[in-house]
Amino acid sequence: MTGDHQALALLLFSVFVAVTLAITTWVSRNRHGSAEEFYAGGRLFSPMENGFAIAGDYMSAASFLGISGLIALFGYDGMLYSVGFLVAWLVVLFLVAELVRNCGRFTLADVVAARMNERPVRIAAGTSSVTVSVLYLVAQMVGAGSLVALLLGGTGEAAQTWTVIGVGALMVIYVSLGGMRATTWIQIVKAVMLLGGTIALTVLVLVRFHGDFDQLLLSAAERSGHGEKFLAPGLKYGGDWTARFDFISLGLALVLGTAGLPHILSRFYTVPTARAARRSVVWSIGLIGGFYLMTIVLGFGAAAIVGPEAVRGSNAAGNTAVPLLALDLGGGADSTGGTVLFAIVAAVAFATILAVVAGITLASSASVAHDLYASLRRRDAKPRSEVAVARVAAVGIGVVAIALGLLARDLNVAFLVGLAFAVAASANLPVLLYSLFWRGFTTRGAVWAVYGGLIPAMVLVLLSPVVSGSPESLFPGVDFQYFPLQNPGLVSIPLGFVAGWLGTVTSAEVADEAKHAETEVRSLTGAGAA
Amino acid sequence: MQSSNGRPRGGRGGPESAAENHDGFDPALLEAPAAVRYDDPWYDALASGWGESTGAGAGAGAAVPLPAVEAGRTERVDAAADVYLQVQRSAAFQEVRSRYRRFVVPAFIGFFGWYVGYVVTATTAPGLMARPVAGAVNVAMVAGLGQFLTTFLLTWAYARHARLRRDRAALELRWDTQELTRGIRGGVS
Repeated sequence: MTGDHQALALLLFSVFVAVTLAITTWVSRNRHGSAEEFYAGGRLFSPMENGFAIAGDYMSAASFLGISGLIALFGYDGMLYSVGFLVAWLVVLFLVAELVRNCGRFTLADVVAARMNERPVRIAAGTSSVTVSVLYLVAQMVGAGSLVALLLGGTGEAAQTWTVIGVGALMVIYVSLGGMRATTWIQIVKAVMLLGGTIALTVLVLVRFHGDFDQLLLSAAERSGHGEKFLAPGLKYGGDWTARFDFISLGLALVLGTAGLPHILSRFYTVPTARAARRSVVWSIGLIGGFYLMTIVLGFGAAAIVGPEAVRGSNAAGNTAVPLLALDLGGGADSTGGTVLFAIVAAVAFATILAVVAGITLASSASVAHDLYASLRRRDAKPRSEVAVARVAAVGIGVVAIALGLLARDLNVAFLVGLAFAVAASANLPVLLYSLFWRGFTTRGAVWAVYGGLIPAMVLVLLSPVVSGSPESLFPGVDFQYFPLQNPGLVSIPLGFVAGWLGTVTSAEVADEAKHAETEVRSLTGAGAA
Repeated sequence: MQSSNGRPRGGRGGPESAAENHDGFDPALLEAPAAVRYDDPWYDALASGWGESTGAGAGAGAAVPLPAVEAGRTERVDAAADVYLQVQRSAAFQEVRSRYRRFVVPAFIGFFGWYVGYVVTATTAPGLMARPVAGAVNVAMVAGLGQFLTTFLLTWAYARHARLRRDRAALELRWDTQELTRGIRGGVS
C-alpha cells in the first residue's frame, strides 16, 4: 500500500474519532452520574434512534469484513452467517425485546433475579454476560488488527499492536466518560456511515455487472476456480461429517445467540416503553436485513472482481476482501478513486470496530458493576459508587480485551463472533426464556442453567481444534484437542436448557407463584416498568 | 369470567379487606375498562389526580371498615403481590396473554423449523441445494433469500398483530395494575 492510502484513511479516521469525542463531551456536559443515565441513557431515545443504534451495535466488523470475506473465499457457505444473523432477530422480536424491556432495569440479570434469590442468580448471570462480552470484544479487536495490517502492508507488527491498544483506550474513554448516551450516538453515526459505505460499494459492484446479479454469480463462480460448487453449500462445511455438524452447530448458535447478547439486551432499556422497544427492533431488522443482503453482493463481488487468491494472499482468513474490493472498484491501486474508496472503507471499518467495542464495553461494565459488584460488595456502599465502579470496570475490560485481541490475531473475525454467539445462546438464553415463561422455575434452576451452558461451552472451545491440535489453532504446538467441532453450540445450547430444567426439578424450593405472576403481568403489560 | 375467589389466600396473612374489595374488579376489566370501580380503601386517599374520571363510583365501597390501616410494610408488599396474582387471573390479562401466545408460538415454530430445515438440508443434501433454478441461481440461493423474505414478512406481521390486538388492552391493564399496586403500597412503591 502506498503512503496516500494510509494518509487519507488515517485522516478520515481521525475525523471520525474527533467527531465521536466531541459527541462524548457534548452529551456528558450536564451529567448527573445516575445509574439510569449511565446504563440506559435516561431511557429517552426514540424507536428510530434506537433502531439505528441497535443496527450499529450489531453490524460489527465481523459482518462487514468477516462475512464478505468468507463469501469471497467459500461462496455460498459464507452466506449462512448472513441468514443466521438476520433470522436471529425474530427470536429477539418475538420472545425477548418487549418482555425484557418491561421486566428489567439495566441488565439481563435484572430480569432473572426479580423472581429468584437474588445474589447467586446475579453472580451467575453477571459472570456469563461478562464472558460473552469479552469473547465478542476479542473478535472486534482482531478485526481492528487485521485492518491495520492491511493498511500498513502487513509489515507493521508494532503498529498493529499499537492500534489494538489505541482502539482499547478510545473505547474506554467513550464509555467511562459518555456512558450510554454517548455510546448510543456513536452507534447511530456509525450505522449511518456503515450503511452509506456499503450501499456505495454495492451499487458500484452491481454497476460493474450492469445490474445483472446472475452475471455476478457466474463470474464469481468462474473466478473462484470451483465452478458451480461455489454457489452451492458444501465448500467449507461439506467435507466429512465433523464439518457438517460444525455447520449445524454454528447455525444454531447464530440464531439463538443474538437474544442472549448483553449489549443487545441493554439497548432495549434506552427507550421509554416496550412498544418503543418493539418498534426499534422493527427498525433494526429492516436496516440489518438490508445490510446483510448487501454483504452477499459484496462477498460475491469480491470473489468475482478481486478473486479468492488475491484475497487469501492479503489475509488468510479473508478479513480484507472488502477493502481490496473497494480499491479495485475505485479504479485500481494507483488511481485516485481507488485510494479514496479504500480510505473510506478502511475508515468505516475502523469506526465500526470502535463503536461496537464501545457498546460491548458498556454492557459488560454494567454487568460487572450492577450485577457482580452489587452482589459482592459490602452492604453499606452507596448506589452512587456503582457508576464509579462501572467506569473502572470499563478500564479493566479494555485491558483484558486488548491482551486477548493481540493473542488471537490470526483467527477469522466472523468465526470468533460465532463462538461468542454460541456461549451467549448456551449460558444466557435458557435462563432468560425459563424465567420469562416457566412458572415453576427456581433459583437453583437459574444458576444451573447459566453455569450448565457456560462451562460446557467454554470447556468445549478449549478442547476444540481452535485452541490446539491443528496448524491453524491458537497454540499449534500442543495438542489437547478432544472435541471435534469448532463451534460448541450443538452440544452446549441443549446442555444449558437441560441443566436449567434439571436444577429446577431437583430443587426443594417451591417456585413463588406471586413472583411469577408479577413477572408475567409486568412482562406483558409493562406495569411498574422502570 | 375469571374470579379470584378460588385462590388460596389464607396463608398470606395480608389484610383480607384489600383482597376482598377487589372482587368487583375482574368483570369490570373484561367488559368495560372505562367503568372500573376501585373499591380499594387506600385508593381514594392516595391515587388522587389519577382516577377522578374512572373512580367515580368508589365512594360506594369505601364504606367498608378498614381493619388493616396500620398494616406493616411486609403486609402491604404481600397485598401488592396479591394484586399481580389477581391481575394474572383476570380475564382481560388472560386474553392479552393468549393473544400473544397464539401468535408467537406458531410463528416461532414456523420460522425456527424453516431455518433449521434450511441449515440441515444445506448440510445433508448439497445436491438438492445445488440444483439450478434460473441461470446461476440455484435452490440454495432461493432458499437463502427466502429466509430474508420470511423474516421481513414475519416482522411486519408481528408488529401489526401487536399493534392492533395487544397494545390497547396491555396499556389499560398497565394503568389498572399500577393504580392497584399504588393504592396498596401507598408511599412504599
